[in-house]
Amino acid sequence: MEFKVSLGPQHPALHEAVSLRMTLEGEIIRDADLKLGYSHRGIEKLAEERTFTQNIYLTERICGICSHSHTTCFVQGVEQLMELIPARRGLYIRTLIAELERVHSHLLWLGVAGQEAGFESFFMYTWRDREVVMDILDWITGNRVHYAMNTFGGVRRDIDELQKKKILDSLDLLTKRTEYYLKIGANEPTFVGRLAGVGKLSREDAIALCAVGPTLRASGVPMDVRKDDPYAVYNEIPFEVCTADSCDVLGRAVVRVKELIQSYKMIEFLLKNLPDGPFKVKAPRKVKPNEVYSRYEAPRGENVHYIKSNGSDKPERLKVRAPTLANYTATIKMLKNGFIADIPLIFAAIDPCICCAERLVQLDNPRSGESKVLSFSQLRTMANDHYKKVNLLKKEAVWPF
Amino acid sequence: MAILKPILYILVYPGLIFLMVYSTFCEWFDRKLYARMQNRIGPLHTGRSGILQPVADIIKLFAKEDIVPEKADKHMFSALPVFALAIICTTALYLPLWHYSEAPSFISFPGDLIVVAYLLTLPTLIYFLAGWHSNNYFSAIGGVRVLTMLFGYEIPLLLALLSPAVLADSWRILEIARFFQDKPLLMLVNLIGFFIAVIALQAKLERVPFDIPHAETEIVGGQLTEYSGKKLAFFRLLGDIEMVVGAGLIAAVFMGGFPGGLLPGLAWFILKTLFIIFLLAAMRAATSRIRIDQMINFSWRWLAPLAVLQLFIVIIIKGMVS
Repeated sequence: MEFKVSLGPQHPALHEAVSLRMTLEGEIIRDADLKLGYSHRGIEKLAEERTFTQNIYLTERICGICSHSHTTCFVQGVEQLMELIPARRGLYIRTLIAELERVHSHLLWLGVAGQEAGFESFFMYTWRDREVVMDILDWITGNRVHYAMNTFGGVRRDIDELQKKKILDSLDLLTKRTEYYLKIGANEPTFVGRLAGVGKLSREDAIALCAVGPTLRASGVPMDVRKDDPYAVYNEIPFEVCTADSCDVLGRAVVRVKELIQSYKMIEFLLKNLPDGPFKVKAPRKVKPNEVYSRYEAPRGENVHYIKSNGSDKPERLKVRAPTLANYTATIKMLKNGFIADIPLIFAAIDPCICCAERLVQLDNPRSGESKVLSFSQLRTMANDHYKKVNLLKKEAVWPF
Repeated sequence: MAILKPILYILVYPGLIFLMVYSTFCEWFDRKLYARMQNRIGPLHTGRSGILQPVADIIKLFAKEDIVPEKADKHMFSALPVFALAIICTTALYLPLWHYSEAPSFISFPGDLIVVAYLLTLPTLIYFLAGWHSNNYFSAIGGVRVLTMLFGYEIPLLLALLSPAVLADSWRILEIARFFQDKPLLMLVNLIGFFIAVIALQAKLERVPFDIPHAETEIVGGQLTEYSGKKLAFFRLLGDIEMVVGAGLIAAVFMGGFPGGLLPGLAWFILKTLFIIFLLAAMRAATSRIRIDQMINFSWRWLAPLAVLQLFIVIIIKGMVS
């Protein structure tokens, strides 16, 4: 007997508004669908009305977890448009913040995985240790979430010797803890039982469905922008691309823990080899007309910004493709034929950041080719009309059992 | 006077008032332990070290709006929480605490172990009915999970309770307790059964790793999704009292009961139940929630055969002792 259940838009497992529509047969999911569009912030449109410098701080607010990823992606693209070579020390510090951000994001994800699997102790422990890296970020940038470190031509703040020492000291603790989590994650039978074999995504499917980040790497595809198309100073740092062959949620967890350990090594390398010199160079205000496609390996996967300039101090167009969007199709594939109990784990395993990926799309009419512009009040009328059509009370709805 | 004692027994100790007070204390103890094991502090502000926090939670729930869903079966939806609480309070009377007569009475009689085991099953059934009559997808899934889990843990629990009964040659909790008070060394024989009973109790109480019926990240509140206000408070109290009664039953059957009259008996009761609650909290902190199929597999692959093994051990030991 099949019946349909909708998880979300409000649901304890989902931290943001998205609706997962499931066709269930007992405890088994036969069909799954995602309904998006519950939140939209209009950042891309807003970016067209701000100057490039203002846009750094706007792109930072696309995401609360990978805030540095979005600014770096944007700043790199604009620097390319400006034909500006950033200061080397600045690039090192930029990379350092990027890796610290990866550490805090992966630790956060580990906790979320624990919580979704009902392993609250794991959640509490990882989030406690996440505070260490949050404190480091606070100490060197002044902020815990939106670091505001990037600027065109380098970074906004320097790192002194005392800060270096403090970060290196904290790294020892973090490394020890992470190895402990790897041990727990691989040995605690109830936890492994929940993660292993759940949300299978074969290598072929992962490539065909354009998965990115740890989701892709857990299916055995060693694809990482840091290695394939190095930006900042990644071509100078020694590191490995972490993969797993199990193609399941356990693999995704293992990839993230391994990446944590790689990140600690990278942070140590960056701090020990920090070059002397200025940490930023002066950047021009206006940008020549051109376009650029900027790639960045965010903690969640490949982040892409497309920037088009028109000769003024404002971008003509900014298009952001957050990693979550690339993973949605793979998620549907993973959910099918799983258990209800696995829905939160599979969905959380892509580390979804729903607000970053939500866009409002108005397609041009493909036949006549005519396009139209919608104003805010028109959008509001459309939404109200939609809800008038939907009978919210559904008194005539039949109980399916 | 003769009538006063049963009334005192039902209303004050170990009946309603004692149960309410002690169960909220146990919830606080459990929450605090769980928090400390997770490197948290736990309840802190209400009362000394947050000891009144469970009471405050229940008072808050009683003050909240009481909603009955339009589609739910109104009579069943409202009656079930009261029934459940009444049943579990009745079960508590069978614990051999203070007033237990030598001669069979309505409180203690040969075979009351089976009655307690039966009464402890009823709240589970009520959880299922509550889920079913809520008329909600999540509640229905939760309710079905409750029943599925019942088939997993109930047989191992009964088999585990059976072995001390066989050893003591009685179905009366009081006599089983007295048998182990006389021969404390024989308690060690039932060690496997004790752990099976603790694990089964954890499943009965629907706590991690067996909180499958109300796994909040999967099916929101499970069978209690639609419940709010007073009715939810009843179910909260039910859970707390079930923990006390379950721990008390295991303490009485496996750990030699609560000897020594009113006050020493109370002290033993508190000590032994808190020990079992400590085990339950440790299990809760060290594990992650398992899936329903894994739970059934675990019960039938490990718990049930081990319970049978325990029974064999008991029969052999009994042959050697007598």
